[in-house]
Amino acid sequence: MLATPASHDAPAAPPAGSPVHPGWLRATHWLNALAVVVMVASGWRIYNASPLFGFAFPAEITLGGWLGGALQWHFAGMWLLFANGVLYLALNLGTGRFRRKFFPLSVRGVAADLGAALRGRLAHADPRRYNQVQRLAYLFAMADIAVLILSGLVLWKSVQFDLLRELMGGYESARRVHFYAMALLAAFVAVHLAMVALVPRSLIAMIRGK
Amino acid sequence: MRMRKRLSLPGLEGPAILKEAGKILEKRVEQPSRRAFLRSGLTLGGLAMLSGCSLSDDESVERALSAVSRFNDRVQGWIFDPAQLAPTYPESMITRPFPFNAYYGVDEVPRVEEESFRLEVTGLVADKRQWRLAELQAMAQIDQVTRHICVEGWSAIGKWGGVPFSSFLKRVGADLDAKYVGFKCADDYYTSIDMPTALHPQTILALTYDGRTLPPEYGFPMKLRMPTKLGYKNPKHIQAIFVTNTYPGGYWEDQGYNWFGGS
Repeated sequence: MLATPASHDAPAAPPAGSPVHPGWLRATHWLNALAVVVMVASGWRIYNASPLFGFAFPAEITLGGWLGGALQWHFAGMWLLFANGVLYLALNLGTGRFRRKFFPLSVRGVAADLGAALRGRLAHADPRRYNQVQRLAYLFAMADIAVLILSGLVLWKSVQFDLLRELMGGYESARRVHFYAMALLAAFVAVHLAMVALVPRSLIAMIRGK
Repeated sequence: MRMRKRLSLPGLEGPAILKEAGKILEKRVEQPSRRAFLRSGLTLGGLAMLSGCSLSDDESVERALSAVSRFNDRVQGWIFDPAQLAPTYPESMITRPFPFNAYYGVDEVPRVEEESFRLEVTGLVADKRQWRLAELQAMAQIDQVTRHICVEGWSAIGKWGGVPFSSFLKRVGADLDAKYVGFKCADDYYTSIDMPTALHPQTILALTYDGRTLPPEYGFPMKLRMPTKLGYKNPKHIQAIFVTNTYPGGYWEDQGYNWFGGS
């Protein structure tokens, strides 16, 4: 940790040749991507069994083949999502990366970087440094997945986790929380993929590390 | 709970035919995952299995998913707190009309004759005599307004009354250390539950719905009502109850639904 007040937004000077993303981060990122695809695609099939709203997801983009199969995928994928998520957070916090990469974060900073990005003037000179919009977006993804896991826990075990159930406003309300959190995560993924398409270098860095 | 509507053939007993075909397949195809797949394919709606992404048809994937499902059974048994009660609701919150749900249509609900009806009790119990409905009605009754949660996601609130199932099990001298209680029903449905859930204070052998004798569409003459389990774990039209240490499975469970199915 070499952060200094003069360069609070700059990363700690990395040793020459060190990877943009350490191996554990790349591994947990791709495992998380796999878990999210499995959970969302099987979740859509489960949703279709009793749609909350006036539409169903096209069967072709769902996973599981039928409700029973989709439930099996969903309740297997949840372990990967949860265990990988815990590992990611633990390593992130333990190595100090969480504080280094995501903070400080300010409303003004996000507004400034968002404005610059929309004008096409956001520099990507240093891939080691997340801009303010990235920080907010990735923190949002973490929080949103946490909400998905907690609301999912209520849907799975609404009697056993009574406090959590009441926190979500009851079983039926938890279904909606779970759905909206999924929709927000899908929106994040869409923007995330669009950004990767604009800056392909970031995809290489997430695969090879550099 | 209802996944697929069965194809009904005029003049023929659709479910009986499917069951018979299922038995034949069972003998010919030893691999349980293949069997489940083929048996599901026997229903009209089972065709839906062939659409969409069918990765689960691959045998090794299906085996792995089943193994995780068994693991989830153990985790749920471990999470289950025998003293944790499901929320109860005021009668004003009862869902009216309460939805009918089964693996067949409402016109195929079995009609059980009270006069000739006898409940069979077998397996690890001291007293294997058969029960008349009136004898169950003579036992101390309780009722409760609870939420029925379907595996499909929807839920509805209803009021069931009857004999606390733990009183019944004690009355027949059941081995309360046995692993499973199984149920066979007049509609050919079958399922089984874990003993801790069977002994849960809110698990009742329901004889009434909303203060009246259980109507046929809700499971006359009796239904096992457990607010701690999903709808498909709550058997209707129960004809036989057995206590065992051998895993009995269930109608949906054998096709891939999670066995514990608890909330």
